Amino acid sequence: MSSVVGQRQSLMFRARSYMAFVFTPQPPIVEWLADLDAGLERSKGFFAGHPVALDLSAVQLSASAIAQLIAEIEARNIRVLGIEGVTVPEGEAGLPPILREGRGAQAFELPASAAGSAPQHQQPGSLLVENPVRSGQSVVSEGDITVLGSVGSGAEIIAGGSIHIYGTLRGRALAGATGNARARIFCHRVEAELLAIDSYYKTADDIEGSLRRRPAQAWLEGRTLKISAMN
Amino acid sequence: MAQVLVVTSGKGGVGKTTSTAALGAALAHEGENVVVIDFDVGLRNLDLMLGAERRVVFDLINVIQGVAKLPQALIRDKRLENLVLLPASQTRDKDALTEDGVARVIAELRKKFDWIICDSPAGIERGATLAMRHADAAIIVTNPEVSSVRDSDRIIGLLDSKTIKAERGERVDKHLLITRYQPARATRGEMLSIDDVLEILSTPLLGIIPESEEVLRASNVGSPVTLSNAQSAPARAYFDAARRLKGMDVPMLVPGESRGLLNMLFGRKAA
Repeated sequence: MSSVVGQRQSLMFRARSYMAFVFTPQPPIVEWLADLDAGLERSKGFFAGHPVALDLSAVQLSASAIAQLIAEIEARNIRVLGIEGVTVPEGEAGLPPILREGRGAQAFELPASAAGSAPQHQQPGSLLVENPVRSGQSVVSEGDITVLGSVGSGAEIIAGGSIHIYGTLRGRALAGATGNARARIFCHRVEAELLAIDSYYKTADDIEGSLRRRPAQAWLEGRTLKISAMN
Repeated sequence: MAQVLVVTSGKGGVGKTTSTAALGAALAHEGENVVVIDFDVGLRNLDLMLGAERRVVFDLINVIQGVAKLPQALIRDKRLENLVLLPASQTRDKDALTEDGVARVIAELRKKFDWIICDSPAGIERGATLAMRHADAAIIVTNPEVSSVRDSDRIIGLLDSKTIKAERGERVDKHLLITRYQPARATRGEMLSIDDVLEILSTPLLGIIPESEEVLRASNVGSPVTLSNAQSAPARAYFDAARRLKGMDVPMLVPGESRGLLNMLFGRKAA
């Protein structure tokens, strides 16, 4: 077997943010675990296969106590992705990585619905932008984004949900960026450089000329991004 | 109260320096005490526009580094005694500008002048951001073409985030100055119309300067167009813009269009 010595591509890393459920245990831990059990009883498997982070800022636990708590949680079929709110030395044996700079989304209660149902897509609050979005600016939100002014050429709006633009869209709009295929883009006047929903996109060249400068909406039909004029 | 104005654009070659010189001279002509500062360290031009290039001894960087005192670096115009230039250094680059140094110079100038006009370099890097840092108001110079307009949009975004006023939660007043406007080309659709530019940038209009040989002639003789030929079309447009800066209500003249339309345009000054 001959080995090929080629130019190795240099390793690339990207940072990406994900949504995770956050548990915030309260003292006494035993009671908190009992509450967790009661909640899980109502909606079995709600957290199955979903990342969970532990926020330990409300309790003071030693490294071994943390390890024990994590074992308790994992015994309930919940995987702990990372912990935050503690000052345990980095890389303490057996503990998941420490998370920092988390951004909050809405709190929610465990649905008392049918056991084992898949978790619903959470609906974080929507963001209202009252000023025009200028070239080079980027507005990012996990929920819906509403822009009252125009979005300039070279500006971008990235939303986990839908995007509403009451001015002219000259830049890029990326809706459903967290994998929400039901997100839509609405704008008062479309002159967009790029429209995307859940990673399916169209560039300015692909947008039909007859739609330009008109009110329009974009949505996803299967794997095709559709754009139509409104009124 | 001194007003710190930044003349900026993002894109190069749109007429920032020409406009700084012309507006500075027009304001001085109206009796205001004006200092114009060249922030284009390494590519200074404002001294040429004002015909002061032979009189530069000390410059902005010397003052910032404490080599010279501010009054030593100020050059008084030979035609208007209340127009003063603070030149840039030609031998250094923009890294020589420090945040503290610029703050000190601006604070000192605020005590002496009614208007401090900062001529920004092109781009969005250090020189440009420091030129806009202390601005109370900004003049965004734009040519009626897409690349210039998009760069101006970018600069307006920076004015709303990178200036001291913006960081305090206040607003930098913004004025749009459209330069090199050619009515004939705009009518033929070879150039963005005034309406298009205002619609895209949604910024109040300060003035429209027509393209003119007069501007080129003025810069070649080292004189702001408002002094070399005050009766020319561009000079009159700059004088009108200067009066609007002072808060006077001057009707907007769109070169090459009928009066009725002008008034309409003036009425629809963007928000």
